[in-house]
Amino acid sequence: MIIAERKPMAEISRAVAPYKKVLVAGCGTCVAVCWAGGEKEVGILAAQLRLARSAEENEIVTLEATVERQCEKEMVMELRDKVSEVEAVLSLACGAGVQTMADVFEDKPVFPAVNTTFIGMPESEGVWVEMCGACGDCYLDRTGGICPVVRCAKGLLNGPCGGTRKGGKCEIDAGKDCAWVLIYRRLEKQGRLDLMRQYNAPKNFRAVKRPGRVQAVRA
Amino acid sequence: MVTPFRETLKTKDFIVTAEAAPGKGSNVAKTIEHIELLKDKVDGLNVTDNQSSVMRYPSVGVCLLIEEHGGEPVLQVTCRDRNRLAIQADLLFAYSRGVSNVLCLTGDSVDVGDHKEAKQVFDLDSVQLIHLVHTLNSGKDMAGNELDGSIDFCIGTSASPSSDPLEPQLIKVEKKLRAGVSFIQTQAVYELDELKRFTEFVRNIDQDVKILAGIVPVIGVKMAAYMNENVPGVFIPQNLVDELAEAPKGTGVSKGIEIAARMIRQIRDARVCDGVHIMFIGREDRVPEILAAAGLV
Repeated sequence: MIIAERKPMAEISRAVAPYKKVLVAGCGTCVAVCWAGGEKEVGILAAQLRLARSAEENEIVTLEATVERQCEKEMVMELRDKVSEVEAVLSLACGAGVQTMADVFEDKPVFPAVNTTFIGMPESEGVWVEMCGACGDCYLDRTGGICPVVRCAKGLLNGPCGGTRKGGKCEIDAGKDCAWVLIYRRLEKQGRLDLMRQYNAPKNFRAVKRPGRVQAVRA
Repeated sequence: MVTPFRETLKTKDFIVTAEAAPGKGSNVAKTIEHIELLKDKVDGLNVTDNQSSVMRYPSVGVCLLIEEHGGEPVLQVTCRDRNRLAIQADLLFAYSRGVSNVLCLTGDSVDVGDHKEAKQVFDLDSVQLIHLVHTLNSGKDMAGNELDGSIDFCIGTSASPSSDPLEPQLIKVEKKLRAGVSFIQTQAVYELDELKRFTEFVRNIDQDVKILAGIVPVIGVKMAAYMNENVPGVFIPQNLVDELAEAPKGTGVSKGIEIAARMIRQIRDARVCDGVHIMFIGREDRVPEILAAAGLV
């Protein structure tokens, strides 16, 4: 899923400073699961905004709404009535959701309230880790199901750099595993280390032609 | 007349190279001083490429200075700052100006340097970079286009014999050897047995590649602790730390030089590998003392 983190309160406050009435819009999918932009976080942010503005004696009215997926126009359209009542929208969705909202309501300023960080999975309670770089050229068949493109800090394709720390940790963060040590251990366990010995040619960075656009064919 | 490094690798009994770190700024006076001091005492001067991800005068620039002053430069190329177009272009430039030795490296992360918010490139990795230089040597670029003018780089790379765990590193070394290199210089080593094991591993794959042991003099207990803690793939054993601790105050550098020279003698006397690569960054002027103490001049 897509992982995001809420922006600092000061940045959010600055964005909506000129407005007296805003819609705080959440998304019920990825960002809800990673505690950044679901219904609960919408309620918290709206309350914080009202409190902050009240302390400045500059009241703000907040409407709240959360749609199932803010990255789908049809779902965002459900907010039509609420959006018509406000001067601006504060979106807690990922970048795709914020842009969908901005596209659907072209005449309204839409501000992001979260920073979208990566595609990942939960590692433990409240901790999410990056798993996929959406590179369009998947290597997981050769690397024991561990992605070197994003889980190696340098995205190396032919083994670890010389910076691996004691015990197989990453050069830049002793709290993170070296992806290539993980790959080594997984492939060793599976008796498939020959895969790691194979040469991986330079990556095709054109696998996804930016900006990405995919025409799917229904099966 | 300077002996090309490729010839030195084939003919010399014990090869000695030293690292030359470019300075920060356009004043190259100190760099030239170091070149003049070392060029006739070593077989090659190996120039770092934005070492430790700290922005500096370019590697290729110092290589040209070495050329101009009658030394033999080895151009370090990392994958961190340039994509495949820029790397190829820089290599064409270097070769056209007489720089014909290249050391292919991954490069440190920008996180350890002085421009931490920069976009790191890593379009290629070090194994792919070795293949790339072979492609240029064959007269073509990576896209398969013919190149005007021949190129014949002597190719080297690095390795970390003290990494923990070692096995994944050795697989990478194996890939580098199969890609084809003429020399390997190691990360700093302080244990002879470790170096022996590494050499044996390499020899089982490639009989001809020359192995240069990395020598970084440790000049005090603090530096030893720092390196053990912070420099990946480096392990300074306790007996050396104790020896440094016993050195009288103010004699750290001399002690470090003494220990480094002893290590070099041991490597040479026992024929553990084919030579050494001395990295005494910031104290290039003391390198001749190491060479003298090791009996190399």
